[in-house]
Amino acid sequence: MPLRPDLLAIADLVKPGWRVLDLGCGDGALLEYLRDHKQVKGRGIELSESGVLACVRRGLSVRQGNLQEGLADYPDQSFDAVILSQTLPFLDDPAMILNEMLRVGRIAIVSFSNWGHWRCRLELLFTGRMPVAVDLPQQWYESPRRQPFTVTDFARFCRQIGVFIDQQIYLNRGVRIHTGRFKNLLSTTAVFTLQKVHPR
Amino acid sequence: MTHDSVGAVSTQCFTFAEDEPFRLESGETLSPVRLAYETYGALNADRSNAILICHALSGSAHAAGYLDGDPTKLGWWEECIGPGKAFDTDRFFVICSNVIGSCYGSTGPASINPATGKPYGLNFPVVTIGDMVRAQVKLIDHLGIERLLCVAGGSMGGMQVLEWAARHPQRVRSAIPIATTAHHSPMLIAFSEVGRQAIYADPAWNRGDYYDKPQKPDAGLAVARMIGHITYLSEESMQMKFGRRLQGLEKYGYEFETEFEVESYLKYNGHKFTRRFDANSYLYITKAMDYFDLAQPTGSLAAAFANATHVKFLVISFTSDWLYPSYHSKELVSALTAVGADVTYLDVKSSWGHDAFLLEVDTMTHLVGSFLDRLVREEQVAPPVGYTPRNRLLSTSPDARLRTQLAETLA
Repeated sequence: MPLRPDLLAIADLVKPGWRVLDLGCGDGALLEYLRDHKQVKGRGIELSESGVLACVRRGLSVRQGNLQEGLADYPDQSFDAVILSQTLPFLDDPAMILNEMLRVGRIAIVSFSNWGHWRCRLELLFTGRMPVAVDLPQQWYESPRRQPFTVTDFARFCRQIGVFIDQQIYLNRGVRIHTGRFKNLLSTTAVFTLQKVHPR
Repeated sequence: MTHDSVGAVSTQCFTFAEDEPFRLESGETLSPVRLAYETYGALNADRSNAILICHALSGSAHAAGYLDGDPTKLGWWEECIGPGKAFDTDRFFVICSNVIGSCYGSTGPASINPATGKPYGLNFPVVTIGDMVRAQVKLIDHLGIERLLCVAGGSMGGMQVLEWAARHPQRVRSAIPIATTAHHSPMLIAFSEVGRQAIYADPAWNRGDYYDKPQKPDAGLAVARMIGHITYLSEESMQMKFGRRLQGLEKYGYEFETEFEVESYLKYNGHKFTRRFDANSYLYITKAMDYFDLAQPTGSLAAAFANATHVKFLVISFTSDWLYPSYHSKELVSALTAVGADVTYLDVKSSWGHDAFLLEVDTMTHLVGSFLDRLVREEQVAPPVGYTPRNRLLSTSPDARLRTQLAETLA
């Protein structure tokens, strides 16, 4: 099965031979791809038993665990990159997780659905219903808790907690877009690398 | 079931420390030392496919196949060791070693003390998990194996696995500790002690000197085993197995006879145990477990594994195991993560309590089988001569009763 487009975008940001920690790694598709195509030494954390079993079946190193408990066991700067894909809106304390990711990893790579996309904006305006993110088509009642936010919200949040955004990839329904100014309006998913020091 | 079993096996013995005594952690010595063991499958050309299986409190070296060809004498981990099973004997050379102190062929309190010509009894020195493992190291040396591909075991077997990884890391490539702990908790010591007190209270125990007497401390040992059995189950599994059902009765008898199914079960298993186990061995082995505390000499669990960062771990616990609760395994996983070891961990959802490690065969087969597949790939382990790949077998006997019976006799 081909890798999901946002995961492919993340994989493009990973350099060969890196040590990578994937938070909420699900069935391990990304870690397997990184191992096979980028000779990455990968580790995963996953909450569900089915996810852990799927990862082990792919021959990955994964431990069952809850991200909300943080990454306290991991030594400082023990990974080149710590990945968090499509999980941010579900976390109770995103600032804690981002800080932990950047303590444990040299860089963080995050991907998230963008509620700032024009369809979401029009949906609320014209139908009076809460918008459903294009790349995360879940109704508000379908998951225990989920905080919608936009590319602009996330950029402001990073500034607030002293995290710098370096590389940026924007996807519209899985296709990369190269828009100068209207990224928040035109992208359905964003993929960023984050770091603690100012990028050059 | 014949097609997926290793078939007829026999237990072998290895004797060492005949000239130079084997020094124990207590400072005492033992000479000679005999270890009972079994092997299944074949070594590959570079002797890199050996897996050591460590048994639990009342286990033996007979982990798989039919002992001496007797189809009723199945190995205690028959479901997981065999051709195409989790520990695939087509690919791996599987060794199961009995522990010192046991009554299954290795030197223990029932063995003859060469100094007196009589059974040791309480003159047998107290042994530790560390001593058991150092004896196994001698066995592995004897078998000409430099490094084990894997050491695996549940419960007390898991303690030996951790001891191997922490104290003999250069001899181990991977470790699978299952339903176990890095230090015996006060609650576990308490249960051990109640079992021992039941044996001490039996007049036939006679301070361990009963081997030439007509009466053995069976009553005491049976009670010790009953306590053990309770701790291996969970409230849910007891509810499922027995409920409040009465045994052969329509209504309460209002008397002190065996009335409930659960009472009858404990009594039957307690009694059955006395036919296969030695009361003194029970004392010695529970004592060895009580002394187990990996963090003790180094100060922290992470420090204990400081030289084991190259060892790949698969840690497994079970949600309903209250004897060795999941948080013991999580603590272990935290320490291993902190030293940067490669650790895979799953808390398997199960209602079987501590016995789950013998019962959750399908999940175990997936986890262990895939983990070993990965090791074979990453460590470039060649199969033995004449190996032909086949599909991995999952549980061949969906009949849960059979598995439960197996677990009952072997926990």
